[in-house]
Amino acid sequence: MSEQLKVKTMQEFMAEGKQPEILFWVGSAGSYDDRAKKISRAFVKLLNSANVDFAVLGSEESSTGDVAKRAGNEFLFQMQAMMNIELLNGYEIKRIVTCDPHSFNTLKNEYPGLGGNYDVLHHTQYLKELIDQGRLSISGEGYRGKRITFHDPCYLGRANSVFDAPRNVLAKTNAELVEMKRHKKTALCCGAGGAQMFKEPEKGDMDINVLRTKDALETSPDIIATGCPYCNTMMTDGIKAHEKEDSVTVLDVAELLANSQGL
Amino acid sequence: MEYLPNIVFALALIAGIGFFARNVKKLSRNIKLGKDVDVSDNRPQRWRNMARIALGQTKMVVRPVAGLLHIIVYVGFIIINIEVLEIILDGLLGTHRLFAPLGTAYNFLIGSFEVLALLVIVAVILFWIRRNIIRLQRFIKPEMKGWPKTDGNMILYIELVLMTLFLTMNAADFQLQQLGAEHYVKAGAFPVSQFIVPLLEGLSESSLILVERTAWWLHIIGILAFLNYLYYSKHLHILLAFPNTFYGKTRPQGQFNNLESVTNEVKLMMNPDADPFAAPAEETSTEPEKFGASDVMDLNWVQLLNAYTCTECGRCTSECPANQTGKKLSPRKIMMDTRDRLEEVGKNMDANKGEFVPDGKQLLGDYISHEEIWACTTCNACVQACPVSIDPLSIIVEMRRYLVMEQSAAPMELNNMMSNIENNGAPWPYNQMDRLNWVNE
Repeated sequence: MSEQLKVKTMQEFMAEGKQPEILFWVGSAGSYDDRAKKISRAFVKLLNSANVDFAVLGSEESSTGDVAKRAGNEFLFQMQAMMNIELLNGYEIKRIVTCDPHSFNTLKNEYPGLGGNYDVLHHTQYLKELIDQGRLSISGEGYRGKRITFHDPCYLGRANSVFDAPRNVLAKTNAELVEMKRHKKTALCCGAGGAQMFKEPEKGDMDINVLRTKDALETSPDIIATGCPYCNTMMTDGIKAHEKEDSVTVLDVAELLANSQGL
Repeated sequence: MEYLPNIVFALALIAGIGFFARNVKKLSRNIKLGKDVDVSDNRPQRWRNMARIALGQTKMVVRPVAGLLHIIVYVGFIIINIEVLEIILDGLLGTHRLFAPLGTAYNFLIGSFEVLALLVIVAVILFWIRRNIIRLQRFIKPEMKGWPKTDGNMILYIELVLMTLFLTMNAADFQLQQLGAEHYVKAGAFPVSQFIVPLLEGLSESSLILVERTAWWLHIIGILAFLNYLYYSKHLHILLAFPNTFYGKTRPQGQFNNLESVTNEVKLMMNPDADPFAAPAEETSTEPEKFGASDVMDLNWVQLLNAYTCTECGRCTSECPANQTGKKLSPRKIMMDTRDRLEEVGKNMDANKGEFVPDGKQLLGDYISHEEIWACTTCNACVQACPVSIDPLSIIVEMRRYLVMEQSAAPMELNNMMSNIENNGAPWPYNQMDRLNWVNE
């Protein structure tokens, strides 16, 4: 569709005998899910704009096994992890950036015990780094006059105490940031974690994403920002359940930053 | 006969502490039924956690009202124990107000005990109102019916009675001091109990002594009885909160442990040199290790310590997204069930000369349903909410592991998701070769 993105695979870097600055771990959602693919594209636009020399694994990438682990299938998780580690270590990868907090968590915390030691960053942390280093120049009015509320993904926030990076990046869009009553350490889950994304919920009187979207709508936002492809799906569905899809949109931090810069 | 009270006191003390020690032994044996787990890491962090979370009550004040009231009762409990030390020494030595020679310092101590006692009474009454009149949501969940509810109120009644006895004892003592009764040295300050004195007006010296002695004896016997009530109650947290915060998780909340037994098998499978038909190297007289947990013995001892530490406050459950949306899962119930089952196993061992005789029951299924286990989003809200570092999520995950790896009993949609990962490296049925298509879409 739009302009060409510059994306090179690790194989291409190898063929040139070069090492990338970072490996962009796209993740299964970022690769296949129609909504999450847009997040991958937005993030790459930012990387291209900052002239980051990055690589992806392409068809060599495989599920981190995170969702299998949360579902209880430790066996499948470790199979996936060890295959991925063999690949990553073979390419001598040092630094990994991902848009998926679940991949971020497992690569950062659970892979080292199986022989995979990398400096792992969530894309919001890396974007903040690029802005701080002046590599990603920010200009323009961006989202001035718009109200944005940020939903903390459990595996980024509570699980790994990354609260400020996404907020700092959002601040660069000039939008007015409003916090939900439960945020940061006490943020409510969107309902997708623990493999719930892939199954019907147990019997109850409400869906979790509808409840969480209610939290968000109470701040009367124009935009709900997220930093996780699964949260994005859940909040988008929640907006529909509240019949607010005409007035409120759900966007990833990377998309908001890319849009604000006209990328 | 002169030493009769001293002897009776010593016997009561020995009985009270002895019986408690017996239960502590049982408690320790039950906790050790859990699997070993390495907790030797991050020592400095662990000490800091204990100091901050248990001693400093930092997570209690996240909810300011309950937090403040709890701090009053907690400080009252700790400080008033200095007075209990004097009472015990007086009882053993036959003295009265042994610490009185401290003079002004003594007056200050007794005075502060009285103020704290009054504050504790106020806090306890407010706690009771929250449980029984306001009926806060988290105190009336299904798992709180019956004994847990009675237990919660019992503790409040006992504390109320103990504090009242303490103040009554002081009031009578104060009045006796005024009358110049023998043995009743003029010592202490009575900022609170002086207001009880008018109720004792007109009582003879001997009646006052009777009131003072009765309150003194009931107070100390009450404390010994309360000490022994702990083991049968949710109130064990006053002791176990300290080791529990020490042994609590120090890694990031999102980091789940990697099962070593699985690692070994996976490594073997991925080793191209491994002979799939080779006989196992060592003797296989030991059973292969079970994956995950279906009963309390499959959990580790920190998880079992967690269960005994839980005081059923329900902050975990009130923060749980599944519970808030009407699902059966309640993290508090996971902890209560674990403890109940562990107690059942312990009693079974007591009845069978220390050996556990299979009773056809287990934690998973008989106490905790599959429906509860599968409703969890692993969001860690329960772990975050717990004021004493209990980790209900780790128990849920161990049970999922058992269901998936030992029983192949995952919900069907999850089985589909997992076979997708096995076949094409993604939870959806897409071709791995298409992983980069998003670049050109």
